[in-house]
Amino acid sequence: MDIELLTNILFAMVRTGTPLLLVALGELVCEKSGVLNLGQEGMMLMGAVVGFIAALTTGNLMLGVMMGIMAGMAMACLFGVLAIQLRANQVATGLALTIFGAGLSAYIGTDYVGQGLSGFQPFIVPLLSDIPVLGKVLFSQDALVYLSFIICIVLWLFFKFSRPGLMIKAIGESPYSATAVGLPVIPARWIALLFGGAMAGMGGAYLSLAYTPLWAEGMTAGRGWIGLALVVFASWKVERVLLGAWLFGLASIMHLVLQGMGASISSNLLATLPYLATIVVLVLLSSNQSRSRMLAPMSLGKPYHPAG
Amino acid sequence: MRIAIERRPYDSNLMKYLSPVLAIVLTLISGGLIFMIQGQDPWAGLYTFFILPVSDSYGWSELGVKAAPVLLCAMGLSVCYRANIWNIGAEGQLLMGALIGSWAALSWMDSSSSWVLPAVLACGAIGGLLWALIPAVLKNHFNTNEILTSIMLNYIALNLLLLAVHGPLKDPHGFNFPESALFTDAVTLPIIMEGTRLHLGLILGLFAVATLWVVMARTFLGFQLKVIGLDASAGHFAGYQQRRLVYFSLLLCGALAGLAGISEVTGPIGQLVPSVSPGYGYAAIIVAFLGRLHPVGILLASLLMALVYMGGEMGQIDLGLPLALGSLFQGMLLFYLLACDFLISYRLRIQPSVKPMAFPDTSTGVSQ
Repeated sequence: MDIELLTNILFAMVRTGTPLLLVALGELVCEKSGVLNLGQEGMMLMGAVVGFIAALTTGNLMLGVMMGIMAGMAMACLFGVLAIQLRANQVATGLALTIFGAGLSAYIGTDYVGQGLSGFQPFIVPLLSDIPVLGKVLFSQDALVYLSFIICIVLWLFFKFSRPGLMIKAIGESPYSATAVGLPVIPARWIALLFGGAMAGMGGAYLSLAYTPLWAEGMTAGRGWIGLALVVFASWKVERVLLGAWLFGLASIMHLVLQGMGASISSNLLATLPYLATIVVLVLLSSNQSRSRMLAPMSLGKPYHPAG
Repeated sequence: MRIAIERRPYDSNLMKYLSPVLAIVLTLISGGLIFMIQGQDPWAGLYTFFILPVSDSYGWSELGVKAAPVLLCAMGLSVCYRANIWNIGAEGQLLMGALIGSWAALSWMDSSSSWVLPAVLACGAIGGLLWALIPAVLKNHFNTNEILTSIMLNYIALNLLLLAVHGPLKDPHGFNFPESALFTDAVTLPIIMEGTRLHLGLILGLFAVATLWVVMARTFLGFQLKVIGLDASAGHFAGYQQRRLVYFSLLLCGALAGLAGISEVTGPIGQLVPSVSPGYGYAAIIVAFLGRLHPVGILLASLLMALVYMGGEMGQIDLGLPLALGSLFQGMLLFYLLACDFLISYRLRIQPSVKPMAFPDTSTGVSQ
């Protein structure tokens, strides 16, 4: 394999991994606060369709991304009302959010299927992009990819060094102790949840505005679910989410890699790879029961009942 | 004045059964509003969606045709959910049933033996069962969460199905369309009512309803499943073999979903196509919850879901509404149901506002 092919593969890996990275980072924050939102797929779909429609009608891509983020947050609000305020089962609510998001996005996107727009163009960072291999892979991407790098760094610093970061972790571990020391459990969970919605919406908008600039029903193709698995894979650590998202990006573009090596395998078979990889990774990580229990936030998925 | 939320001393049985009804009413109201936004007369819209499809006897028979696969999947899922096993994989299990069953059907369809059709159905059930075996083994022996594995297997199953209809199972005389050859009569489900498309699949579904009703309500097995669903550690202390119960519920669901898949391809479709299921396996999740995991409730809910599918098509043909309106109604139904379920354990009470509080307020009141 020559160096140019390798560069192209790594470039595609980062691009393909970006929507996974965005959605997984959002869900990471959400889960750190103890809220398990299985509705990522639905929020992504809404982000994708709303972002696409907004960008197509106004011609402004950034506005499209903003609207996608808003759509994801609106969906997260629905989840919050049911799962945080009304203390519904988080698993069932998340599933409902995904099913609802799939239906609603298909409904409002009906008239936009098959239309195209010119999506985000690469922004070549001066100087840095001249570095061999890495210059193309990391510094010749579009604006949203750079944004994903920045969010990664900010979140890492947030959980490592900041007081609110510690607060969210404490709330996720034990909401009742957190209440006892005066931390605002419900508001913090809302903020974490809304951040998750915004990130999922942005991940969806990345798909419909940059990755493949069009709208198609169910175009996220399970990326929201893979994002959920990525959080487990990353043991709830920001830097590992980045690594995991790119690895899964690589798994998704294996057909490029194999074509490069001259192998011919059915594209349908290769399309199963990211899903298969998800299962394998989950099995490897969960087979050690005590370890997986140690890593997950203690109160993950459990409704919080303030004062009885 | 303030509206206080307070926990009921006991869960309300009335609300448990009223909540699905309330959810349906709320969905209908929202549906009316959506029709208005679309510039339609809401009454005419609702009529087209929910009455017109069943305004003649053929419509009723089609309701049975559409309900059959949803019913089979939802019955299987209800057993899993009773045992607190979150199987989301009915869709993939259905597709694998259709795939393996079709493979058997295509291999044996020139035989004239009367055993061919039962064998094909069995292959379908086994296909679904084997697909459900994967999350069961992973859950039991590797402690892997079944939600993510079963949903990943849905995507894998769809790709395997596509692989098959584009490759090994493609009709050699089919002008390169991604479809299998048409099944012969030997491997086609018998029609149970002349002049309709009602097929044996519905009978299988009703049989599942009756059998599982007895199993869940009257046998020790059903009791064990409910116990581990309510409190896994209680089941553990009682000495129940949890792994066996996990296997039972997941494999049963897989077999029923597989049966649903093979009934679709050997019934109304008549060949293996890429679009075997318009999301029956996902709709079945809604049906299982809407039917309160009870066989009779699930039967009624699956008929409603079938009506939503038919209404979606009718709305597209008659009013030019997007087909996806049906999926939107499905999603709303589940959302409203979860919201209304809040009223099972909690109640709202309107209190006069000026009354001073003598005791610390243990309710979780929100002032309005």
